[in-house]
Amino acid sequence: MKYAYYPGCSLEKTQRGYDESVREIFKILDQELVEIDDWNCCGATIYMSVKETVSLAVSSRNLALAEKMNMEILAPCSSCYTVLSKTNRILNSIPEMHKDVNEALSEAGLSYSGKTKIRHPLDVLMNDVGIETIISKIKKNLNGLKIAPYYGCQIVRPEKGFDDFENPILLDQMFKKCGAEIIYYPMKVRCCGGMLMTTFEETALKLNKELLSCAVENGAEAIVTTCPLCHFNLEAYQGKINELYNTNCNIPILYFTQLLGIALGIDGKKLGIDGSFIPMTQKISSLMEVQYA
Amino acid sequence: MKVDEIPEKLAKKESELRYAFLEQVKAIPGGEKIKACIQCGTCTGSCPVSYTMDISPRELIALFRAGDMATIMNSRTIWICASCYSCQTRCPSGIKITDIVYALKRTAMEKNYLSGKAKHVQILANLFIQNLMSYGRLHEGTLIRKFYTKTSIGKLFKMIPLGRIMYKKNRVAILPKKIKAYESLSKIIKRAQEIELRIAKERLKYSPEFVGYKGLGEMQLESRKGE
Repeated sequence: MKYAYYPGCSLEKTQRGYDESVREIFKILDQELVEIDDWNCCGATIYMSVKETVSLAVSSRNLALAEKMNMEILAPCSSCYTVLSKTNRILNSIPEMHKDVNEALSEAGLSYSGKTKIRHPLDVLMNDVGIETIISKIKKNLNGLKIAPYYGCQIVRPEKGFDDFENPILLDQMFKKCGAEIIYYPMKVRCCGGMLMTTFEETALKLNKELLSCAVENGAEAIVTTCPLCHFNLEAYQGKINELYNTNCNIPILYFTQLLGIALGIDGKKLGIDGSFIPMTQKISSLMEVQYA
Repeated sequence: MKVDEIPEKLAKKESELRYAFLEQVKAIPGGEKIKACIQCGTCTGSCPVSYTMDISPRELIALFRAGDMATIMNSRTIWICASCYSCQTRCPSGIKITDIVYALKRTAMEKNYLSGKAKHVQILANLFIQNLMSYGRLHEGTLIRKFYTKTSIGKLFKMIPLGRIMYKKNRVAILPKKIKAYESLSKIIKRAQEIELRIAKERLKYSPEFVGYKGLGEMQLESRKGE
């Protein structure tokens, strides 16, 4: 299959590991990604909460570009995934807004029907590619590596999507098949605070502390995420959380595509693991045969 | 008590707020379900940050129904919502609580109810928009630098070690990236802003007095009147 790839702003640099690993695993699984030419920022949560028509128009430009390509959009960033999907829902249920948005898009010679589908890589990997195909290409068994699968908010909410609201299982299934051990992680859909880290830092630190210590106390050797913002909050603020709460967390945070990439035998550097702030444990390093610190 | 018998008429200011808010709610598919709240408190119980709110999500709806918009507008609650949608997916009445909070935020920004941390949220939102307008894509470095410059220089300095690590790990884009079709994106944004103004003007045609408790029942999503 071919997908219109929408990396989103954070995947361009600060979260390059997500972008690099998505591209690598899709290549190895024979799925073609065609980056949407000249895509723009989707507006994220913040824009939608401030300006209505403008935010819809901004996000629709990407949908219109993908529609021209006649492909489904692949959006790895949870925020982009939700915003683009939400734009679709609003346009499809309020005809006046759809009309207004198309009026704005016409300035750039574009129009959008409301039909482009937005997909998350986890959905595509499990439901289009299929776990059997993935398993057939596995090179390294994850050898009982204990992981906490962390889904976050926006790929399971607000609408009924490809996995359950309260107890999503696709990540668990994927990595169990790769040989990992899934720890008991009741926090898997709990919020990390997202942008609160900039505006209400103390609150966000507390949320992240709970996420981290639950994983660590239940024996996880790594947290596996699907969202750039969750990834950043959990990774970059671990030191600060340890200081503030007198905890001793030092747990690697991996994108699910990075861990899957390791299982598929892809070189860690190609998966962007060299960009991690938290050193990989001995066990994870031995799966890649290179130490990343 | 019948709806008609609700005694107090809303003060002018309150009624305006209520009106502005309900107009925002119209933009939410299924927004009219706000009427169906049974005050069960599932939203509050599901919210990961309700412990630090001054009024709980359940109270938010209760206050709105009681006509006390000013308290909502001045609350910390609407600004601290992390938009995780837990309340929304669990609400047994199908109320789009997170989206309603967005509508409240928009109303508060429009009407300038910005005390305490609300200012920070607004600064962040405005810088984000500026960033998007200038380049078409978000440049996180610029956003964070400008945000802390405006809110807390001390925090900006505290970010330096993190910035260094990120640089070392090749995770910093020094310069913002402008999209090629920047001009046409600006045109889209400009036109969308005009449309938004047009809608706002249409709204002004109707008296805010219209929106009392009764107005909520009469709220229609089908059409924007006067078009």
